[in-house]
Amino acid sequence: MKKYPLEFKVNGKKYSVEVKPNVTLLRLLRSLGFTEVKAGCEKGDCGTCAVLLDGEPVNSCLTLALQAQGKEITTVRGLGTMEKLHPIQEAFVKYGAIQCGFCTPGMIISAKALLDKNPNPTREEIREAISGNLCRCTGYQKIVDAIEAAAKMMREAK
Amino acid sequence: MDVIKEFKVIGKRLPSHDAVEKATGQTKYADDFALPGMIYGKILRAKYPHARIKRIDTSKAEKLDGVYCVLTHKDVPNNAIISRFGQTRAVGGFEGVYRVLAEGKVRYYGEPVALVAAETEEIAEKAIDLIEVEYEELEGVFDPREAMDPKAPKIEDGKSNVVARFKIRKGDVAKGFAEADVIVENEYMSQFIDHAYLEPEAGVAWVEDDGSITIRVSTQVIEHYREIAHVLGIPESRVRVITPKIGGGFGGKEDITVEYYLALLAWKTGRPVKIVQTREESLSFRSKRHPYKFKYKTGVKKDGTIVAVEAELISDAGAYMTLSPWVLLYSTVNAIGPYNVPNVKVDSYTVLTNHPPSGAYRTFGAGQACVAYEQQMDEVAKKLGMDPVEFRKKNYLKKGDTMANGWKIPNTVALHETTDLVLKYLGKKPKPSGPKKLVGMGIASGMCSYGRMIFLHDTSRSKVRLELDGSVTIECGVQDVGAGQEASLCQIVSEVLGVPLKKIRIISGDTAATPIAGTTTATRQLYMSGNATYLAAMKVRDNILTKASEIFGVDKSELIIEDEKIKTKDGKSISLRDIAVACAADGVELFCEAQFNAPFGEVPDPETGQGRVFPDFTYGTTGAIVEIDTETGEVEVKKIASAFDVGTAINPMRVEGQIEGGAAMGIGWALTEDVKFEKGIAKAQSFAEYIIATAVDVPEIKSIIVENHDGLGPFGARGVGEVVLAPVPPAVINAVADALGKRIKELPITGERILLALREKS
Repeated sequence: MKKYPLEFKVNGKKYSVEVKPNVTLLRLLRSLGFTEVKAGCEKGDCGTCAVLLDGEPVNSCLTLALQAQGKEITTVRGLGTMEKLHPIQEAFVKYGAIQCGFCTPGMIISAKALLDKNPNPTREEIREAISGNLCRCTGYQKIVDAIEAAAKMMREAK
Repeated sequence: MDVIKEFKVIGKRLPSHDAVEKATGQTKYADDFALPGMIYGKILRAKYPHARIKRIDTSKAEKLDGVYCVLTHKDVPNNAIISRFGQTRAVGGFEGVYRVLAEGKVRYYGEPVALVAAETEEIAEKAIDLIEVEYEELEGVFDPREAMDPKAPKIEDGKSNVVARFKIRKGDVAKGFAEADVIVENEYMSQFIDHAYLEPEAGVAWVEDDGSITIRVSTQVIEHYREIAHVLGIPESRVRVITPKIGGGFGGKEDITVEYYLALLAWKTGRPVKIVQTREESLSFRSKRHPYKFKYKTGVKKDGTIVAVEAELISDAGAYMTLSPWVLLYSTVNAIGPYNVPNVKVDSYTVLTNHPPSGAYRTFGAGQACVAYEQQMDEVAKKLGMDPVEFRKKNYLKKGDTMANGWKIPNTVALHETTDLVLKYLGKKPKPSGPKKLVGMGIASGMCSYGRMIFLHDTSRSKVRLELDGSVTIECGVQDVGAGQEASLCQIVSEVLGVPLKKIRIISGDTAATPIAGTTTATRQLYMSGNATYLAAMKVRDNILTKASEIFGVDKSELIIEDEKIKTKDGKSISLRDIAVACAADGVELFCEAQFNAPFGEVPDPETGQGRVFPDFTYGTTGAIVEIDTETGEVEVKKIASAFDVGTAINPMRVEGQIEGGAAMGIGWALTEDVKFEKGIAKAQSFAEYIIATAVDVPEIKSIIVENHDGLGPFGARGVGEVVLAPVPPAVINAVADALGKRIKELPITGERILLALREKS
């Protein structure tokens, strides 16, 4: 299969690669070392592979790599570092919203997408926003708590 | 052994040491790891649930460019193997029999038949398609009751499909039923459920420079290295299993998943090999929660006193025995639940069928029993015209009572307390929100052991090292499934040695580098490895206190450890760094290892089931309020609360996390989850068909912690990881039955079943 040139940015850094047209964005990102983008089902059912594509949350397993042409991708590693956490990451840590952690990168990405649009969501709106992200460990309770707390932190920081 | 009375770290809501790495995506799970020159493995799976293999031709696959090897059972040095699941002691009848690759016949749809290793996943998939297998289809059997018939097709040629049976005989049930004023008989069932951890089974294996094998795999049991060595026919010392952080387990990564295949392919090719199973493989072919068929007969006095229970339990073991006898024993011991019943007769059977092997799953058979006995409790209460809570309270076990297996309970059973707390939160049953709605409220109490069955003679080891700068390293072979197995050990050491969590590092889950700590199963890590780590830390503590007492000239009992210092009562102090340096200079050990042994016992009497089976239990209650839409059949869980006596909460935030996760999982079990096998083939092959609860399917979950401080774990803790699930499904089911005024005895209670029940009712 013929490969096509692709230029895009991940977490602010530019990448120029050649990919086959059937390669998903998930597979490409993982092959470039962005292993924080998780493959939970590769059918768009679980949300573990969620990334921001020009600020919009997408399941990278349902997105072809070539659809990222000229676009900016943000993964959970692009939000904050271990030394300087993003408020959502900080809240996930503080409120016990992380157990096995496999859903966490996608969950935080969905939370980021929500709070970018709606800085003061209700708990129902938070639940709706993460309803495409499955979590088998937490029952979602502490995840909702964390996103609510992060929203507050982010509003107060402004 | 507790000398620490006032806690500075235990009981605090401290974030886990690994939360930051997980929040930032740094954690390298099994599939996030690669080696130079790595190739990829794929599994050819059976196309029939029951068939003879007439011929396997791998020649075309072998010729494909990029293929490194194709393996069938002939290439496996020891193909039929017996798994002891990491247990210390061999106990007859409890070993799981497996075949690594199908040999002679296939026993379930999706059974591994051949393996391929190739340069890319795509080539491996092509090669799989090129393997020719000629089958002769055999009649299958898919219902365990039918499989018990001597004329039923045999899964293991020439042998009975009934692979284990247990009995409990306590008192005299005939006499009990004769005394009863009311007798209630019912049948219940529980369905096939998938673990649905978000990380599919995955790993990488490679051959070391010295020719030994290392496997880095997502597993709850690194001790499978022994079975892997046996399969390869090499000494156990030449196989190393490492588990990275696990993306959820729930029992599904207790059985061997991809380890054999990885080891074989790496062994044959000399290359590093990666296998990642697809979600479809995970959902359709991996082990499931045993479905059960239950018959219950309960005799009660008018005043609500239970006088006799007779129960029959039949579980579907699937095509290989694996852990089925163990799971069945859990169900058997738990069959009457946390109730004081003088006359008990339980007969239980686990039966081979042509389904994928059933296996371990959070609560390990105790949960299925709870689904049955807690529905039966409601049915009996209804027949008696008694409030179901009052009926339960009249019969709850208490300290000093004797369980069905003859074990006298030595510590608190706080069920009155947990039930009252749950009821207080739920409040009164609300009015329906509209004319076409029905509201129901249900409660259920449950129990589950923590620690393995005592005849396995379970042990755990751990090491604690005080470094020369006053920081601490823990080495312990725990597998961390995400429930805080590592974090709790860190918190215990932090308490004992007065070192802040950020200065503690834990090395875990590596058979070559960490002391063997046993399986992360049976809610045993906090209990077993928590105690082992506590003992190791106490050795270090004693050594440094001894040194400090020499320095200060005061008795050890006069010293306290806090804030990285050893302090005297009169205000003198020495830092942990300085005491470590002083100890090192004098050859005082700062690196201490300890072993914790569970109570040891024997297999209970086969004819009566009498004998202590478990170290201890955790008890608790769940209550739920549901609303049913009578037009769509949809059930909305409006309110849910669970309360458990956890002994001592090492970290309340993590305990709540367990309770909340158990609640969501239990809602799915009751209402939506079903792998749905039809003639041995799973109908649910993706998360679009296998419906687990999302954030909008669960209400705000109220988790309530009760602490009576008399568990067997460190600081009086009891295990919580499994029990938190047990009473949830029956609480939801009982709430639905309350709303409908009718009980649906088949699970899950889907909208379709509700509409059918409503139609039958009208």
